[in-house]
Amino acid sequence: MLHFILLMFLGIAAIANAHGGTPVIVPDTMTERVRACTICHSAEGKAGRDAYYPRIAGKPHRYLFNQLRNFRDARRYYQPMAILLENMSDEYLLEIAQYFSSLQLPYPAPEQIDMQPEEIKLAERLVYSGKPEQDIPACSTCHGDSLMGMEPAIPGLLGLSRAYITAQLSGWRNGGIMRSQTSDCMSDIAQQLTDEEVNAVAKWLASHVVSGESSSLDVLSPELAHRCRQNIQENGGAQ
Amino acid sequence: MRHLTMTFIISSWVCIALLWGCIVFAADTATDEPKHAIEKQQAAVYGAYLIRVGNCMGCHTTKGGQPFAGGRRLSTSFGIFVTPNITPDKATGIGLWSEEDFWQALHQGKSRDGRLLYPAFPYTEYTKVTREDANAMFAYLQSLPPVSQSNPPNDIFFPYNFKPLLAIWRALYFKASSYEPDQSQSEAWNRGAYLTQGLGHCNACHSTRNVLGASQDDALTGGQIMGMNWYAPSLSSQLEAGVGDWAIEEIAALLTTGITQRAVASGSMATVIRQSLQYLSQADVHAMAVYLKSLTANESGNVPGVSFSVMSGNLRRHLDLGGQLYEEYCQTCHGADGKGASGIYPALAGNRSVMMKSPINAIHSVLNGGYSPTTAANPKPYGMPPFQQILRNEEVALVVSYIRNAWGNRASLVTALDVDRNKGGGY
Repeated sequence: MLHFILLMFLGIAAIANAHGGTPVIVPDTMTERVRACTICHSAEGKAGRDAYYPRIAGKPHRYLFNQLRNFRDARRYYQPMAILLENMSDEYLLEIAQYFSSLQLPYPAPEQIDMQPEEIKLAERLVYSGKPEQDIPACSTCHGDSLMGMEPAIPGLLGLSRAYITAQLSGWRNGGIMRSQTSDCMSDIAQQLTDEEVNAVAKWLASHVVSGESSSLDVLSPELAHRCRQNIQENGGAQ
Repeated sequence: MRHLTMTFIISSWVCIALLWGCIVFAADTATDEPKHAIEKQQAAVYGAYLIRVGNCMGCHTTKGGQPFAGGRRLSTSFGIFVTPNITPDKATGIGLWSEEDFWQALHQGKSRDGRLLYPAFPYTEYTKVTREDANAMFAYLQSLPPVSQSNPPNDIFFPYNFKPLLAIWRALYFKASSYEPDQSQSEAWNRGAYLTQGLGHCNACHSTRNVLGASQDDALTGGQIMGMNWYAPSLSSQLEAGVGDWAIEEIAALLTTGITQRAVASGSMATVIRQSLQYLSQADVHAMAVYLKSLTANESGNVPGVSFSVMSGNLRRHLDLGGQLYEEYCQTCHGADGKGASGIYPALAGNRSVMMKSPINAIHSVLNGGYSPTTAANPKPYGMPPFQQILRNEEVALVVSYIRNAWGNRASLVTALDVDRNKGGGY
């Protein structure tokens, strides 16, 4: 009897082997559809294995949608994104944006970065007061008092890596490489910042603990709403 | 409810009768002008369809730019061609052109001022478009809102920028011609051939170009796409993308949706489907399928087995390394047996595109990933990740070599250098 059971077992194993294992079952879900994204942005919503890839989980959906369209339509330049999105409709991009925006995932611990007291002072001044003499608004006026962004179009600044923030600010300063040449409010602002200021802000934001919620665009002053209209309009600055 | 419906029907008829009266009245009293305008409008509607079939927008629009305003840069081995503005703007577009000028461009490859056009504009194929179709296309383009946009000039390398050479090139490789129907074939076949050889300009990619950029033949025998890391497979070989043993419906489905049970369109073909082929009328896509099927109808569907000596131990170990990577990164979607998930993730076992002599499409897909195009029938496609973000060239080479030789597949091995050569460049 034992022999028989063993033989049966071996027989089944042989059949399974001949068919090369289990067939692929594909769930009809957005999680399955965005596998191509999560290889870098990670399914857990964390920054990917390369510190450069930003967290996209929980960002405002209109912001994500605008960025997806900017990558597709060459207003923001990063070839791997452009290739993936090349043949996607606006409807699908919106659905992808809504999917990532709806993900509620815990934030990773902030980066441990040593900062000098004067560096912290410099960063906090830019974050909370800005430099009115250079027409640089405080980060918090647009990105919210909690720095968690404003629904539906302005991204939060916390929970991002120092490498990513530095790269984006540098991209805006130089124009054309990471960011498109069309000027928007962030390129005007970034171009006024010194290397020292960029580094201080990036370090400060990356090491700041995430807390609070995103606010609503309603609290944005009309002046800033006008200055940043390209980023917050329905059409995401498309011409 | 019934009363309401009747009232609606009666009032609809009254409206129609009144409208008809107006039309008859207009036709009776007015000069030829409005009649001419109506004909023009009808031509423009058909022209819009033809412009889609020819995918004129694909080249004459930059990414995120104004439709048909040109400015797209086409990189080739002869230099960079910048596509012109074809909106009816008088100063920067074709607002001053006549039907005759447009016909001359399409049929003869000459601009309005008589300048010879570079064959980056596929007049070598468009020459077969009928005058009637050309007029309809022109009527549509003239009905567009004019966009004032000047585009930078072409940047063509020496010596190709020496214009008289173009006259010689044309003498060698171009002859204005029209499509001659093959009486021994069906009407659908002829329509398919007309669209494929003419307006569809399939040969612009699916053929090998010689050193002077001329297509070697018009048999859709496949070739490397200029300025891109893609190989457009032969449509006249069962070893590549010939569809002689496919059902007509399946060919039509691939052309309009980008995906079937056994094939997925990627790269430039996905773009062509999204921008153009998905809009083809049922009759036209059927016709194209009939024609494409006939190209390999007499070939056997079986891929001749490549004679392969027994694998050496070294080779076996090399492929095993690729197999380990496959298990880690690819197997979840493509399956341990390489059979994929029908209609979603393509099978790699027996996949001609994986085993083609030129491995560049397989390399490209692993490096860059991609999504099938969003189409009416497939609005939310599944996708493949861009593995160059996490794998080194050596690893990509191992995994591509593995899929080319697993599950009974047989094809040449790929090196890290092959992978490196296919990085960057156009996509």
